[in-house]
Amino acid sequence: MNSSAPEKRKDTRKLVIKLAGVAVGMFAFGFVVMPPLYDVICDITGLGGRGLEVAQGASVSLDSDREVKVIFDATVNSALDWDLHPNDPVAHVRLGEMSETSYLAFNDSSEAIAGQAIYTVTPPEASLYFVKTECFCFTRQSLAANESREMPVRFYIKPDLPEHIRELTLSYTFFQLDEPAGATVTGAAQAAQE
Amino acid sequence: MTTEHTHDTHDHAGAHASDHHDDHDHKPTGFMNRWLFTTNHKDIGTLYLVFSLIMFLIGGSMAMVIRAELFMPGLQLVEPDFFNQMTTMHALIMVFGAVMPAWVGFANWMIPLMVGAPDMALPRMNNWSFWILPFAFTMLLSTLFMDSGGPAAGWTLYPPLSLQTGQSFAFVVFAVHMMGVSSIMGSINVIATILNMRAPGMTLLRMPLFVWTWLITAFLLIAVMPVLAGAVTMLLTDHFFGTSFFNAAGGGDPVMFQHIFWFFGHPEVYIMILPAFGVVSEILPTFSRKPLFGYAAMVYATASIAFLSFIVWAHHMFSVGMPLSGELFFMYATMLIAVPTGVKVFNWVSTMWKGSMTFETPMLFAIGFVVLFTIGGLSGLMLAIASVDLQYHDTYFVVAHFHYVLVPGAVFALMAGTYYWLPKWTGNMYSEKWGKIHFWLSAISVNILFFPQHYLGLAGMPRRIPDYSTQFADFNMLSSIGGFIFGASQLIFVGVIIHCVYRSKVKATSRVWEGAKGLEWTVPSPAPYHTFDVPPPINAQTVAHADEYDH
Repeated sequence: MNSSAPEKRKDTRKLVIKLAGVAVGMFAFGFVVMPPLYDVICDITGLGGRGLEVAQGASVSLDSDREVKVIFDATVNSALDWDLHPNDPVAHVRLGEMSETSYLAFNDSSEAIAGQAIYTVTPPEASLYFVKTECFCFTRQSLAANESREMPVRFYIKPDLPEHIRELTLSYTFFQLDEPAGATVTGAAQAAQE
Repeated sequence: MTTEHTHDTHDHAGAHASDHHDDHDHKPTGFMNRWLFTTNHKDIGTLYLVFSLIMFLIGGSMAMVIRAELFMPGLQLVEPDFFNQMTTMHALIMVFGAVMPAWVGFANWMIPLMVGAPDMALPRMNNWSFWILPFAFTMLLSTLFMDSGGPAAGWTLYPPLSLQTGQSFAFVVFAVHMMGVSSIMGSINVIATILNMRAPGMTLLRMPLFVWTWLITAFLLIAVMPVLAGAVTMLLTDHFFGTSFFNAAGGGDPVMFQHIFWFFGHPEVYIMILPAFGVVSEILPTFSRKPLFGYAAMVYATASIAFLSFIVWAHHMFSVGMPLSGELFFMYATMLIAVPTGVKVFNWVSTMWKGSMTFETPMLFAIGFVVLFTIGGLSGLMLAIASVDLQYHDTYFVVAHFHYVLVPGAVFALMAGTYYWLPKWTGNMYSEKWGKIHFWLSAISVNILFFPQHYLGLAGMPRRIPDYSTQFADFNMLSSIGGFIFGASQLIFVGVIIHCVYRSKVKATSRVWEGAKGLEWTVPSPAPYHTFDVPPPINAQTVAHADEYDH
């Protein structure tokens, strides 16, 4: 405390640089580090219900007789003029067994619109055991005016699903994509159209 | 301690100072030189305090619009969208424009006086950090007059709703950026002053508690204001540049915003209340004529609260769908905060215990703070219980809770501090009679205003709505009546201050209060323009409270 005035000024300058560094660092933490970190944490823990696996084909051991109830849910974002309904709202699925269900999408508007489906699984923890082999959410979907289409989902649930989970919900929300609709129709949508 | 002693101390320091600086009390002349270009900590403190009082009145008028619309069920006065703009702006103005700048004003005025420093460590940055604010709030308020209107999604700015704000959203974001820059510069200044400018002998554990609480607050500010800046920047790019940080369609997650926002937001609530703890810890010993009970415990409790504030953010978002383990962690961590806070409340009560108490206006506000803040703290504990929070979430119970900790909490402490140091700032005594009228009207009406809101919330009335079903009518009317009385009472506060500055004939002594201890009371009233050019002696007579001197 007894340091001379120039020394004190030097101390102050050092301190200010450190504190400003903390402020800049915290901005970088919030803006640069946090968003990717959040995704990584969500993928590892299943938080957010988006941790599910995508697999090609299926060969699963059927060593379990356990059945769980799967509820299919559908929402359309208010900006998108579509209807979306699960064809079977509820299914009872044996763990490890490949299941298939489908949704029916209908374009209410008089023009072609492209949409993208986002999924979540509830409880979020269960998303780590949910494996999809085919889903309309993998690619963007385009519907012509007043067109309706069956949209299939193929999935299985890993047999090591924790015991306390007896019921899970797979939920889709369709969002409108901003690109001009119908410009390019991607693989899955094309296949469904044929 | 005797008054004589004080005068000796002062004369000693004063004589030294005038030896070296003959013209040291000359203020700059002319409005621009005095106020716009000032680097004097007392002038800048005054600017901050006047600015925050103006913002308090603007934010308060918005609250009056809200309470007037809610006086009866149905839509009477304003459009729902304008109502939402009022709730959002009221919060932004009160948080960033009234409470935070008011505390920075207190810090500017009092910290150099309390630690025996001649000024803040970085006087020019000090000037800059104040003068950013009027521009920030002009920008924020100007959105109300734009075509797309002001922000209406709540002060928490949750996407996707906040992204539906029109083009004026950019003004809101940049205003928040500027407030953040101002707060960060102010905090750097406070930390540098406290760590580098203390008079020799003013060790850390001899510092007044107000200085301690501000030191910790400043660290909180530096840690979290940049995080808020990052969050609103992401909102800005999502709104105008097509990024998808929070846009689910593009792979983002709106819940991430809530995590980032509350990582800022929870420490933010302690930023508003910790300096209040400090002020109350200065006032209670003075009017109890006893040393503060458990000085060191108060310091450690403040630091613990600050640490815990970083690990409880998700209790604001129990309803987003969190794993059970997460809910349990955030619930217990939140409840843990009650321990250091309880230490504080017990220490305040113990300070008053068997003291020779007198009830001047600052003491009334400080006691009002202890009682009413504790009510707000207890409803906070109820909200911490994750399972019942699902019922309370986004109801008027939450509104009642945070208004109890902010209005009879932070704002009462601000008023207590204003009455306490006003004679030191102006050299005049305020009107004790009108101060007491102000206190009693405020203390009674604030309870009429906010207590019924607990019942409204428990009965299920949601927050941020302009209309409600008829079963909520009676309590809302009662609450509005309390609100109007509380709002009108604050005009008395303004009157008392104006009277004290310009009209009061009663001169203040340097000690002002019989039981006051601390360096700020060793300089004359009003405090000279330059003080402590020569560091003051630090001893049992000049230190406000430190455990070593309490025996």
